[in-house]
Amino acid sequence: MLRNSFILGFATCLFAGSALGDITVEITKGGVARTPVAVVPFGWEGRAADMPLDIAEVIAADLQRSGRFAPIAEENMLQKPTTGAELDFDDWSFVKAEAVVVGRIVQTGDNAYDVSFQLFDVFRREQLVGYRIPASRGTMRIVAHRAADMIYEKLTGIKGVFATKVAFVTAERNQQGQTFRLVVADQDGANETVVLQSADPLMSPAWSPDSRRLAYVSFENDRSSVWVQTLRTGNRIQVSNKPGINGAPSFSPDGRQLVLTLGGIDGNLDIHVLDLSTRQTRRLTTHRAIDTEGSWSPDGRYVYFTSDRSGGPQVYRVAAAGGTPERVTFEGSYNARPRLSPDGKRLAMVHLDRGNYRIAVMDVKTKGLLVVSAGQQDESPSFAPNSDTLIYATRQARNGVLETVTADGLIRQRVSSGQGDVREPVWSPFPRY
Amino acid sequence: MLNYKLVVTILMLALLAGCASNKVPDPEPGDSTYDAAGSGADTDMYGDDPLGGGAALDDDYTAGELTNVIYFDFDSSEVRDDFTDIVARHALILANDATVQVRLEGHADERGSREYNIGLGERRAQSVRRMLMIQGASAAQIATVSFGEERPVAFGSDEDSWGQNRRVEIKYTN
Repeated sequence: MLRNSFILGFATCLFAGSALGDITVEITKGGVARTPVAVVPFGWEGRAADMPLDIAEVIAADLQRSGRFAPIAEENMLQKPTTGAELDFDDWSFVKAEAVVVGRIVQTGDNAYDVSFQLFDVFRREQLVGYRIPASRGTMRIVAHRAADMIYEKLTGIKGVFATKVAFVTAERNQQGQTFRLVVADQDGANETVVLQSADPLMSPAWSPDSRRLAYVSFENDRSSVWVQTLRTGNRIQVSNKPGINGAPSFSPDGRQLVLTLGGIDGNLDIHVLDLSTRQTRRLTTHRAIDTEGSWSPDGRYVYFTSDRSGGPQVYRVAAAGGTPERVTFEGSYNARPRLSPDGKRLAMVHLDRGNYRIAVMDVKTKGLLVVSAGQQDESPSFAPNSDTLIYATRQARNGVLETVTADGLIRQRVSSGQGDVREPVWSPFPRY
Repeated sequence: MLNYKLVVTILMLALLAGCASNKVPDPEPGDSTYDAAGSGADTDMYGDDPLGGGAALDDDYTAGELTNVIYFDFDSSEVRDDFTDIVARHALILANDATVQVRLEGHADERGSREYNIGLGERRAQSVRRMLMIQGASAAQIATVSFGEERPVAFGSDEDSWGQNRRVEIKYTN
């Protein structure tokens, strides 16, 4: 087993004195051969005092964390070129690197930089991609992730998700009870930002398709309500506050509607659709059983949801326009919290696997089910926007921690925050530049 | 041991807070274990027996302390026989005074999906609500909320903790 653990710092926190721990990423299961690559430290041209962060280190960490690459340590590099012209392919063949990334950062103003990088195939001795991106100190990290995305896609054919974010909820016990925080962080754990803090439970975060807003459930005033909060401004709007349960929000692909669960005064949980501009709700299911955890299919045609109308919880789907629900899962006694991959080909869910709650991925076409996690109480699967990887919550001792796993189950990694009980991760859509 | 002292102190503080805000008849002084169970989410029990183990209730059971927490079996929302008397006594309080209001807070253990567990907690709260209404309480007196697995009283991952967390807390709100 690979235990290649490293710390990614730069945690920022809006609440002084309650800084969340740095996030550790470790690979818990590496089921594929890792391609050796070299990311050479970038050259620097500018005032020494203005030198930004080490871009090569961020790119190497991204590639390493994907589980598909093994970056070569700096001390094993025989040369440290910063442009393709200086590259000696024999040196890189000798250290068995299959690909080499070189680059430089040139200062063009007080807080202006040009970042350029090139990716080379060592065997074929040719450039695969070369790019120049303008940056500032504030955008340097995201530029590094974008470079890593391009490199990753060129080498694997899979779109990189290094420039995406993850939202999650943490709960920390204290003498008064618990403190709940809704947190957004870069997918590598950097730039942790507390979106909201509450003494009452926060639940079920969901990204808007443009990544600008989060919907979530709050229990402030001892009742549940659904809110939509704009991340940039912090402005929050209560969008559902009906008697009984208001829960499980999920944005429609066009961002104009939320599917949510309403319970009413008699507590009959059903799936409803809320139009965010008119505030009108439309009921999609009417069964006496628990119907909850609705989420849209990427094409907007169906709403998948959990229902225990057959006895135990199973996944169903209903046409978003309304209709008769049809059962989707038949394997096992407990299948809940369905989430479709953005390409629509796979369905992730919480699945009871021989006494353990685990994440399973179903092939929508063949209906074949694959258990991809190995914990006892895994929950809240959420696909990365490239449909290749999922993030979910698992347990480590008494605390929830996050793990990612490729949809084929081969590469699994832990992303654990240092503090509190971490749960309900949701992966953001691709950023729009 | 320092940890033990801390736990005891927290328990005592929570106990005091629980007594101060409690609208149901006050417990007998000294019957602290029993009250710790009653104050539910306010008290961090660290695995204590939710029913207070040896709390001695000599005569008629219904003459003992009126607890506010109804516990449930795994995967069940049915009020157990050993709690029907307690529910009946709360129903009597409500039936006798239409101005009294309660909030039924449903809870689930940590296993499985969170929003589905909200549903399970609500089902338990509704089960207590129906029982109260059958016995004379009116719908206007009762609000329900489900916290699912979000507000456990016991934090372990074992049968004992799960049993303490599958519950409905009856809270008097006026």
